[in-house]
Amino acid sequence: MSHEQATKKQLDAAAKTALEPIIAKKKAGQALTAKERMAIPAQAMPAQDAVARGKNVSEVAEGYSEAQALLEAERCLGCKNQPCVDGCPVRVPIPRFIAEIQKGDFKAAVDAIKETNLLPAVCGRVCPQEKQCQLTCTVGKGLKSIEKAVAIGRLERFVADWERENGKITPPAVKKPTGKKVAVIGSGPAGLTVAADVAREGHSVTIFEAFHKPGGVMVYGIPEFRLPKAIVQTEVDTLTKMGVKIDTNYLVGRTRTVKQLIDEDKFDAAFVGVGAGLPKFMGIPGENLVGVFSANEYLTRSNLMKAYDATRAATPIFRSKIVTVIGGGNVAMDAARMALRLGAEKVHVIYRRTLDEMPARAEEVAHAMEEGIIFDFLRNPNKILGDDKGRVIGMEVQKFQLGDPDESGRRSPVAIPGSEYVFDCDTVIVALGNESNPLLVKTTEGLVVDKKGRIVVNTDQKTSLDAVYAGGDIVLGAATVILAMGEGRRAAAAINELLK
Amino acid sequence: MNKILQKKKLSADVYEMIVEAPLIARARKAGQFVIVQIDTDWGERIPLTIADAETGAGTITLVFQAVGATTHKLAEKKVGDHVENILGPLGTPTHIEKVGTVVCVGGGIGVAPLHPIAQAMKAAGNKVIIIIGARNKDLVIFEDRMRKIADELIIVTDDGSYGRKALVTEPLKEYCSADPKPELAIAIGPPIMMKFCAEATRPFGVHTMVSLNTIMIDGTGMCGGCRVNVGGETKFVCVDGPEFDGHKVDFDNMMTRLRAYKSIEDEAHHVCHLGLGLEPHAAPPAPAAAPGVKK
Repeated sequence: MSHEQATKKQLDAAAKTALEPIIAKKKAGQALTAKERMAIPAQAMPAQDAVARGKNVSEVAEGYSEAQALLEAERCLGCKNQPCVDGCPVRVPIPRFIAEIQKGDFKAAVDAIKETNLLPAVCGRVCPQEKQCQLTCTVGKGLKSIEKAVAIGRLERFVADWERENGKITPPAVKKPTGKKVAVIGSGPAGLTVAADVAREGHSVTIFEAFHKPGGVMVYGIPEFRLPKAIVQTEVDTLTKMGVKIDTNYLVGRTRTVKQLIDEDKFDAAFVGVGAGLPKFMGIPGENLVGVFSANEYLTRSNLMKAYDATRAATPIFRSKIVTVIGGGNVAMDAARMALRLGAEKVHVIYRRTLDEMPARAEEVAHAMEEGIIFDFLRNPNKILGDDKGRVIGMEVQKFQLGDPDESGRRSPVAIPGSEYVFDCDTVIVALGNESNPLLVKTTEGLVVDKKGRIVVNTDQKTSLDAVYAGGDIVLGAATVILAMGEGRRAAAAINELLK
Repeated sequence: MNKILQKKKLSADVYEMIVEAPLIARARKAGQFVIVQIDTDWGERIPLTIADAETGAGTITLVFQAVGATTHKLAEKKVGDHVENILGPLGTPTHIEKVGTVVCVGGGIGVAPLHPIAQAMKAAGNKVIIIIGARNKDLVIFEDRMRKIADELIIVTDDGSYGRKALVTEPLKEYCSADPKPELAIAIGPPIMMKFCAEATRPFGVHTMVSLNTIMIDGTGMCGGCRVNVGGETKFVCVDGPEFDGHKVDFDNMMTRLRAYKSIEDEAHHVCHLGLGLEPHAAPPAPAAAPGVKK
């Protein structure tokens, strides 16, 4: 990506110019040919200046202008076989919603998305579209570049933002009360999805959230600069308007057990969407030095607890000069970019494999690189070094090379003997994923889990317990917002069936 | 929600509050704690002790020392005010069983979390010996309540202004050298006190439980900020603890980690206001200064 970024204004102006002949043609009653559609330039996402944004937490990607959205939508061929829909875990009717944008009916577009996806403003921002809907897009294939696929995620975000900013959000219709009660445990993407789908059928829903604010990973994990918290709050408010009750500061397993909710509090069904949430550490020497954090802790301090605003937030964040983030996923990118915004002079990402194998969303990696995050590929720490005060002063790192592909198909890294070296840093953030939080499982007798502690479910997301369903990271291991929502939808459908 | 029903000053900066929290009151067991936050948007989350609870009234008793931003704000609240957020009960409850003789050692404000544990140990049929330590007479809390439970009660102060002039480790050693020696010791107070209690009992082979109070954010196992080294393994205080075998805890590492944010807090506010509202300043040499409150 170039550092010569076009501004939002420039991109809008260019889009307006390009849109004129298309509008003229449509007015004349002529349809665009596939060739003409393929010739429309892919619309770049306007973004805050790469240097300026390293010093603030405002959203990086600024969103399409109306002209850009209209122009990008014209790139869609409206394929009959809908390969993009097959690539979407919740099967959003993509060609249909884009066709509505082409007509200029943004409300109809967002309503079409919401038939299967209740959080379009979130998913438009955080889904790995290049691995899902956009991976299979005919336009991208025709132009031989995934980057030139129709920007489905950006269009989704555009209509969702348009709806919210123009006060057009209409809470889904709710059927008349059935008198049945459903407990939703955890208010992340899976839980919110279940709550909405079950509430629509007229069931009374209570969400139980351990933190003081609802939203799960969308509020404690994903940073403001990638997903503004006001957007998550709007989604939660919609649920509240549908009559969903949210009990924060409520840790199921401790405050009440699942069994108590069902037997004593008379919930007719429960959905467990508590997330993964037990941070993995590496088990290397020096991991308990001052200055070593799990990404969960670092991000929770800076996101949920708002430590980025030291003048107002009571929760402190460690002050760093040189930060090393271990890992190559979205959480590693979030932690690295947050560290930069919190004033680190240098931020390294250490990853065992190479750029091609990184699981992080492409746009986040590109943004991180633009912002000056340093990527040290084919490296892994051997130990963390501390001073006599027990604080981090450096790290010993091992170099690797790529060997043969492993069972996941990724080429596995092999250590190069004798390649160890030491470099200085004062902060280490471990972003190697999460294991299953054992708390709810431990306190719920009869709930069957696999050897990694993930709850075992059938195809309806039902657990080993009657009327208890589960989904999201506690079933999948660390996954994505959209996959969690997909599981939530299935669970909600099964719960609605159960309560018929 | 969480209305404050009673407030009492126990010593210069130590407060006791009875707060409405019916679900926590019903669920809590000895050894557990809560996380409290004042100001949902900007406040920090701090662990606090559950010193007592009334299931019928639906109340819990919090005891805390006003040392950090949050505990100061909490101390300013009046009867009738509300505590915005209380999560709990957290942590694994104390394993209560009849073992014989249990020596319970509480330093400073650590006496508060010790109270429900001593109570439960007594109810389980143990002989309960309680040692209360404080810097001086004014800082001795919960004496009457502990006296009701204790088969024997010893009070020590650093300056001799009340009870014996000694550190808690002295009577603890004496009990350990007696015949028969106690089956179990439980020590709760500042980290340095717990460390020395563990060292005091180690030569006698008396099993010693300590209750740790570390930096914590979520309290549910999610952040790992509370991790401690116990017998060479990393454990999370919030879910694996807060109680651990005192002979296995790496107290030096724990105390280092408690000071992680000290410089920031000293600079940002004249008074501390750490991630926890407690410990960083909780590592003074005297048992009485346990600002840490959680259990």
